[in-house]
Amino acid sequence: MTDTQNTSMAAPGVRQSKAEAVNTAETRELYQARQQIYPKLAHGPFRLLKWVMMAVALGIYYFLPFVRWERGEGMPDQAVLVDFANSRFYFFFIEIWPNEIYYITGLLILASFGLFLATALLGRVWCGYACPQTVWTDLFIMVERFFEGDRNARMRLDKAKWSFDKAWRKGGKHAVWLIIAAATGGAWILYFHDAFDLLENFFSGQAALSSYLFAGILTFTTYTLAGTMREQVCIYMCPWPRIQGAMTDREALNVTYRFDRGEPRGRHKKGESWDERGDCIDCKQCVAVCPMGIDIRDGSQLECIQCALCIDACDDIMKKIERPTGLITYETDDNVDRYAAGEKPRYRFIRPRTLVYAGAFAIVALFMLGALITREELQLNAQRDRNPNYVQLSDGSVRNGYNLKIVNKAGEPRELDLTLEGGDPAIQVRVLGAAAETPMRLPVGADQTQDFILYLTLPADAIDSQREEFVFRVTDPVTGETATTRSVLVTGVNP
Amino acid sequence: MSDKNDIERDDHTGTETTGHEWDGIKELDTPLPRWWLYIFYATVVWAIVYMVFMPAIPGLPGMPGDGDHTRGLRNHSERVNVVAALEALEASREAGYAALEGASISEIENDPQLLQFVTAAGDAAFGDNCATCHGAGGQGFVGYPNLNDDVWLWGGSYDAIRETLLYGIRAEHDMTRFSQMPAYGRDELLTTAEIEAVADHVLSLSGEGESNPLGQQVYAQQCVTCHMEDGRGDRLQGAPNLTDREWLYGSSREQVINSIYRGPYGVMPAWEGRLDDRTIDALAAYVFLLGGGEAATAGPTGQ
Repeated sequence: MTDTQNTSMAAPGVRQSKAEAVNTAETRELYQARQQIYPKLAHGPFRLLKWVMMAVALGIYYFLPFVRWERGEGMPDQAVLVDFANSRFYFFFIEIWPNEIYYITGLLILASFGLFLATALLGRVWCGYACPQTVWTDLFIMVERFFEGDRNARMRLDKAKWSFDKAWRKGGKHAVWLIIAAATGGAWILYFHDAFDLLENFFSGQAALSSYLFAGILTFTTYTLAGTMREQVCIYMCPWPRIQGAMTDREALNVTYRFDRGEPRGRHKKGESWDERGDCIDCKQCVAVCPMGIDIRDGSQLECIQCALCIDACDDIMKKIERPTGLITYETDDNVDRYAAGEKPRYRFIRPRTLVYAGAFAIVALFMLGALITREELQLNAQRDRNPNYVQLSDGSVRNGYNLKIVNKAGEPRELDLTLEGGDPAIQVRVLGAAAETPMRLPVGADQTQDFILYLTLPADAIDSQREEFVFRVTDPVTGETATTRSVLVTGVNP
Repeated sequence: MSDKNDIERDDHTGTETTGHEWDGIKELDTPLPRWWLYIFYATVVWAIVYMVFMPAIPGLPGMPGDGDHTRGLRNHSERVNVVAALEALEASREAGYAALEGASISEIENDPQLLQFVTAAGDAAFGDNCATCHGAGGQGFVGYPNLNDDVWLWGGSYDAIRETLLYGIRAEHDMTRFSQMPAYGRDELLTTAEIEAVADHVLSLSGEGESNPLGQQVYAQQCVTCHMEDGRGDRLQGAPNLTDREWLYGSSREQVINSIYRGPYGVMPAWEGRLDDRTIDALAAYVFLLGGGEAATAGPTGQ
């Protein structure tokens, strides 16, 4: 059985497809079993754009872990690395400590506003071009097409009885799918360890159990989500189709069927008049190429990921029957109504919604940029002992204990000078493990937080108030960097 | 359910009913969602696999191992895991304790890693064993010495602190150190007037109030043997320095009188045998590093 009829051609090469939309509002039943979708290969600029996007996205995903970035002695040289063991996150020139997790928060907020803005302007471009589900599904369908042929051949093969031919085509497809899935899971774990080391250990069986576990999990999810579940993920699992209703509006560019031009639709034979009828010849090519199994002519719908493949399919036909292209095109709902009313289209990309999204995006981006630029590589924190609050010594002098925390985010070890500013000059400083000299030298390792136990003693004859206020200051004599923190010395005297 | 035709269908939804009816309300026999059903089947499979690999069926006497339950192919036991985890913990501390053994206090102080280890290990042991009397920060209470300051009745060097820890003070140990202040009031060795007078004299030694002739006389007769003529005490006898600012049993006149009246008898238990030597090492270093530790060469009166 074939999917196309060759009778009554509208133009040479124009085939009427029998494709029926699998996912339509009319035929939808709550407990209906899933119907297989056999997307046909489209040809055209959007298909090309999607191939390019796929190559770029997959290229970044698979090769980014191998990009090197020199950071200095003893530091990882992987450009992008989530180092859980040492609780660091590296992204090229950026290094983030666990207490700076707000950078990640900022990044997520940026991603959200960016997504909102893109959706308000161009509809679901994320879903159509960049979403991993779309990219990997596209890749898996490409493999399927390689082994089983295009739409009609695949439908025939699925209906055919089991034979050697069917077995090797199906087997080959699943084997390649599994290889891709394993490569996906394998690349994932490379972001969490040194890529080259891990690759070596992974294949010699010496990597950590968690590496194999996560590679396995990602292999499984890639195989099932992109191979077997496909559109089900977008329709039933993903929240974005539900959210997009609030993000897009009548002035956003969406993949749209121009009903003003297309209707009334109907079959057309070559030579027939185009008067009193629309340009849509009901060839259903738009349905045949749709990976979501919908009919775009039903209007915008939750299932549509706006991959624009129906635009390619329709334009192809329009050229052949010598009608203007763009019957299915990126257009706003308002403009389609305007066309129908005989008005000129108007585009309003600057409107309150997009301004708010762009503004919020810019503010968060500026804030993060500021935070990154002013990020300090030297931090000081002093915690005074509260138990005991102070210690009176036999000669009447008073001692306070402190826990001094010095954070060195630089890639090399430092020797820091500790000084006290303000407070009584008679205060004596003692740091456990450091020689008594002025100023006191404290060594701190590269990329480390180091604790020091510090005792300040105020001689009896210098005690004249309940508390002495002062500032701890550490200075790097080499770079001149400095960090301070305020603290007090409690004397225990009641004035 | 004898015949397919008997099954009633709901007009509105087209779904089969269960055939049950309550006051005219019929229940639809809506099928379970497929994804739900598959997950349910998966959990059943999981349960079977789990029972094969993990301990599962309880209450079976005569099973091998430590319990009366099936052991599973993995022979998994949380109890064994805890033991192994504790052993691993001990092993991970082994390097720290090995470095601590035989190390002098200046070696500990100048090795950041060892210092950190001692601080952590000592802090934990201190909280478990010492904090009850000496306070969580070692600040002490009346009758229980403050371990942060520089006053040491029995010596504040690393070795002296360790000795105190091992053998205690007035404790039940052959090596324990002992001293006793007579209960001058309770045992009627001195009259109340004499006690008050000598208390005033003792307070004057550290610059509080005025001395008096009776007090001086009593002090010369009763106290100099241990506390010495200048009142600076004698560490060899465990007699405290009376001229400094620290008062183990309180600095008020009433508290000093009370001390002379009853003769304090504080006990520090001996920890030898109760704590292992390495813990005692860590504790001694920790207490030393609380800030008041003194060099081994410090004089016997802790000046």
